[in-house]
Order: sequence, then C-alpha cells, then structure tokens
Amino acid sequence: MTMAATITQVPVKVDSEKCIAEKGCTVCVDVCPLDVLAIDHVTGKAFMKFDECWYCLPCEKDCPTGAVHVDIPFLLR
Amino acid sequence: MKRIDLEYDLVVIGGGTGGPMAAVKAKEQNPKLRVLLVDKANVKRSGAISMGMDGLNNAVIPGHATAEQYVKEITIANDGIVDQEAVMAYAANSFDMIQELDKWGVKFEKDETGDYAVRKVHHLGSYVLPMPEGHNMKRVLYRQLKRTRVEVTNRVVCTRLLTGANGEITGVMGFDCRTADFYVIRCKAAIIATGAAGRMGLPSSGYLMGTYENPTNCGDGHAMAYHAGAALANLECYQINPLIKDYNGPACAYVTGPFGGYTANAAGERFIDCDYWSGQMMMEFYRELQSGNGPVFLKLDHLAEETISEIEVILHTNERPSRGRFHENRGNDYRKEMIEMHISEIGFCSGHSSSGIWINAQGETTVPGLYSAGDCASVPHNYMLGAFVYGKICGVNAAAYCAANTLNELDDAQVQAEHDRIEAPLLRTEGPTPFQVEYKTRRLVNDYLQPPKVTRKYQIGLRRMDEVRADAAHMVATNPHELMRAMETHSIIDCAEMAARASLFRTESRWGLYHYSVDHPERDDANWFCHSLLYKNAQGHMAMKKKEIEPYIVPIDEKEMDAYQRLRVVGEAA
Repeated sequence: MTMAATITQVPVKVDSEKCIAEKGCTVCVDVCPLDVLAIDHVTGKAFMKFDECWYCLPCEKDCPTGAVHVDIPFLLR
Repeated sequence: MKRIDLEYDLVVIGGGTGGPMAAVKAKEQNPKLRVLLVDKANVKRSGAISMGMDGLNNAVIPGHATAEQYVKEITIANDGIVDQEAVMAYAANSFDMIQELDKWGVKFEKDETGDYAVRKVHHLGSYVLPMPEGHNMKRVLYRQLKRTRVEVTNRVVCTRLLTGANGEITGVMGFDCRTADFYVIRCKAAIIATGAAGRMGLPSSGYLMGTYENPTNCGDGHAMAYHAGAALANLECYQINPLIKDYNGPACAYVTGPFGGYTANAAGERFIDCDYWSGQMMMEFYRELQSGNGPVFLKLDHLAEETISEIEVILHTNERPSRGRFHENRGNDYRKEMIEMHISEIGFCSGHSSSGIWINAQGETTVPGLYSAGDCASVPHNYMLGAFVYGKICGVNAAAYCAANTLNELDDAQVQAEHDRIEAPLLRTEGPTPFQVEYKTRRLVNDYLQPPKVTRKYQIGLRRMDEVRADAAHMVATNPHELMRAMETHSIIDCAEMAARASLFRTESRWGLYHYSVDHPERDDANWFCHSLLYKNAQGHMAMKKKEIEPYIVPIDEKEMDAYQRLRVVGEAA
C-alpha cells in the first residue's frame, strides 16, 4: 500500500487521572458533533482519535469530572 | 455492510435546530405518527447551535416591529430577490415561536417592565433580541423531543432519498458512521434540515474543520435534495461572513453593535454605518480590506469596562465559547486594542444570505413529500428563529401529507446503487484518502470560486472540479469514520459544482460581494430580477433556469429599495 501515517498534535487533551471512561462513561464521545473522540481499549481512557476539531467545547463542558480540555488547534493559534 | 430496514411515516434528517422542531410539531399534530429524527452526530449537541445561541437576529415582536416592516427590510437587504409570501410566513409566526420558546424555558433578555429588550442592528428596523443565557438551547429542545416521544437515531449519515414512480419520496438511505451499517428507511415524507453547506471553502488558517459553520454541515442535504430531483434556489448568493481573523466566531454586529461596538478600519474609523450582515456590507468590508485603509477591526476599546465585561460574558459563554481562549493565546484584550477581522470562506446558508433547497411558504420543495427547513432551505436571512418557524411549518404540513398518502414500494435498483456507492471506499485498498480529496476540492473552491467572480476562473474551476470528481471515485476508507468523510466529500464536490454553475448562470452582479461578477459588474434588473433555479435535467446533469419573482405582497417604494446600497459612511469614496 502506498500510504503514510502522518502524526499531528491534537487539540483535545484528556486528563487520565480524572477520566472515568473505564467505568463506562462515554459522555465526551457521545456529544462530539464530529465524532472524533474514542475510548482507548488498552488504557480505558478517552482520547482524540481524529484531528478534526471545531473547538466547540461540548466534550469539555459536559464531562462529569472535568477531565477534558480543548485547546485552539495549532494552525489557528 | 449489514443492512437495517426501518419503516416510519416521517423521517426528519438533521437534529440541530429546525429538525427537532419539525419532529416535535409533527408529533403534536398527530401523536400516532411514526416520526424518526436522524442525526449524523448526537441531537444533544448537534448543528449550528451545538453550544447555544447568543441572541435572536430577526425577532418580529409587536411594539418593536411589524411583519410588514420585516418583509420590507429583508426584501431590500436581499436586493429584491425574495418570495415575500415565504418571508411573511416566517414574520407572521415569529412572535408565537418566541413565546413558545419562552414557555419551554429559553431565556430572552427583558427590560424592567418584562418586555423583550429588542435592539436595533438592521439598517431600518429593530429585530435583535439578546439571549445572554442562550447556552441551554439544545437542552430545551431535547426535553421537547422526549415529551412528544420522537424516536431518535444518532450517528447515522443520510446520503440519498428514495423516490417513487411519480418522483415522490418513498424512503431515506444512509449509514452508521461507527459500524458502516447500511440503513434503508421506508417513509411517506421526509424533511431535510441539514443546515448550511459550510464546508465548501477552506478557512484561511488551512485547518479543514475551522469553518464558520459546524463542519458536520457540509451540504449533505443540498446534495441529496438535488439527486432526488428537487430544485435549489439562488445558489450564487453565497454566504460570506465577517469574522475574527483566524477564529471562526462572528465579530459581531449583533452582539457588540447594540453595546456600541463597531467595525472599523486601521485608523479606528467607521466605514459602514450598519453592521447588519448583507452582501453590500460584505462588499464594503472587502473593499476596505483590500484598500490602504485595511485591515478591518472589531472596535470595542472605547467602551466602558462594565460594557466590555458584559460583552465578554455573552461572546465567551454562548455559541462559540472557545473564543476567549483564542484571544488569550493571542494576547488580545477588547479593552486595550482593536481585534483584527477577516472574511470567511464561502458557503450556502439561507440563515445569513438566501441560497438553498427551494421551498415555498408551506415548506414544500419541488419533490412531493419532501420538505426542508432552516439554513439549507431557501428562505432568506432566516437565522435560528426562522429555522424554528419553518421547522414547525414543515412538521405540521408533513404530518398532513402523511395522513393523505400511503407508503409506497421501494425501488430495489436505487437501493442497490446506493449500497454499492457507500460500500465502495471500504472495499478499496489503493487510492486517495477522503482528507486529500476534500482538501483539494476546498482549496480549488478558494482559488477559483471565492468572489470577486471571474468567468474564466470559474470555467477553469469547473474543469479542475471534474478531475477531482474522477479522483473521488477512487477514494479509500479504512474505517466507518473515514467512510463518513468520504461520503461528505462527495457532497462537498456536488455543492462546489452547484456554486460554480449557478454563479456562471447569473450574468450580472447582485448581493454585493456574494455575487460580485467582475465580467458583469452592474446589477441588471431588466434581465435578472428573478430567482435562479438549479436542478437535475433528464440527462442527469446540472441545469439552470430562471424563476419569476412572486408578486410582492408588501410594496416597496423605489426610494427605499436602495437603502442597503448606501451603507458606506457618508464623506468617504465608495
């Protein structure tokens, strides 16, 4: 296959100390309009899987433990 | 791909603003009606008002404005190209909707007497009602969906409509963006409420999802309406908005204007005397940007501390709450300096301009059983409240249509063709990625379609777009999420071609910057005082035709007609 995986710094940070995804919480994943967050099955924590962010903040505002922080994407900063 | 077959009376596509209202009103009309609301995101936080809204931009409230005044204002702001009956249907129902939203728990600003605190932003009348606590809008709507027992399916991307022997709606197709399950939903009627086509141009930051509109709103509805045979109106009347440079929030006339903020040039001087978003306002903005007086700024630094704090609360907690964070990074402070502004990428959005799926005052498209509401439908300058009012109109009328019609058989050939179209990117292992094709398409939109519009550039743009379309037929998706981006890219390419064809058709200039044609710089009322309609012809190609302006029900005086042409501050060269 002629494909490459280009890495990129994503705008959404999840504090793994605070994230309770391993207890079944999926709030941030559920509310993201662009469906770019996911739960890492190894760590049991939420993370940004796709760098396609509208920095709209439902993930951050609706997180029950305040684990999510959204930065302005680098290209706009 | 697993196939899931469903059957409803009415399917509402899009759970943002107009969609939930349509579904609720259809159920209120007939609680037994089987109504499904489908969203490609989650209705709790989907659409343009994902994080709420900071105000009503077009409230027609007795004592402040009349429906006739509003129809007149929008007719003039839109250079006469309006179906006044459709604008009137909004205006006449505007206040009832405000009262209903108020009853549902939406908080509007009121004065000490309990009256709505309406502000003047438009050129002529007063229609702006702030919502300092407008962040709970989606929660209010969700409660109503629960109350009326509307069924909701999230994360399903609708891609095509099914039609019967007489061209009528028979179903809706799409896929789940997490499982790639293929959905075939049989129904009597459908309402498209998919919002703007806001992912057509590329923001100047180069970040694909840094669009003014919620990037989920990429023109899926426009594309599926076109392919089902519906006409689209005045697509050459683009949406272009004045925004904070690099940040996709409005600057913003509606919020800061009533507090004394304004758009200024580099010298801190006003150059337009009305910040209400119109094509002519954007033209003046563009001219100032390009002139030696540019760039353009949002000026608040002359205001009192308590005024600026109030503005910050509204702007940084509603609609686009990451704005404060953006300013903090840049070291911007409204108190100390003016904030640099720029113009947005292009899009289709009737909320702010007037292009979209053609509908009449009943919310009907040209396809039987197909309705459309909100930013994707053609009623001009409709904003959030217009989406609610037309959501209601569509919901009520679609319920009546369902009562009078039966379910029809589905055409297997159409279902198979769409199944194969959706599945194809998942089966490939070689080819361009959706990201690459989308980026290229939108870069070409900026290169060739962004006004000023030049005929030769548009012709080249169309040729390049054909090449991209050919490349898009080989896109690869390695998972259902990428498949969603791939199918969205097809919609974006369709919309870009529609924008180009509609713009080439109207050989005049109108709506200020929205349709500024360099080769036809003058307005030509003799030949172009009409709507333009884009539709799929018998050969399956995009075709254009003129549609006469419906007789005015609110007469406009000759002298008033030019009010929006005189926005530039007197004393400066236009």
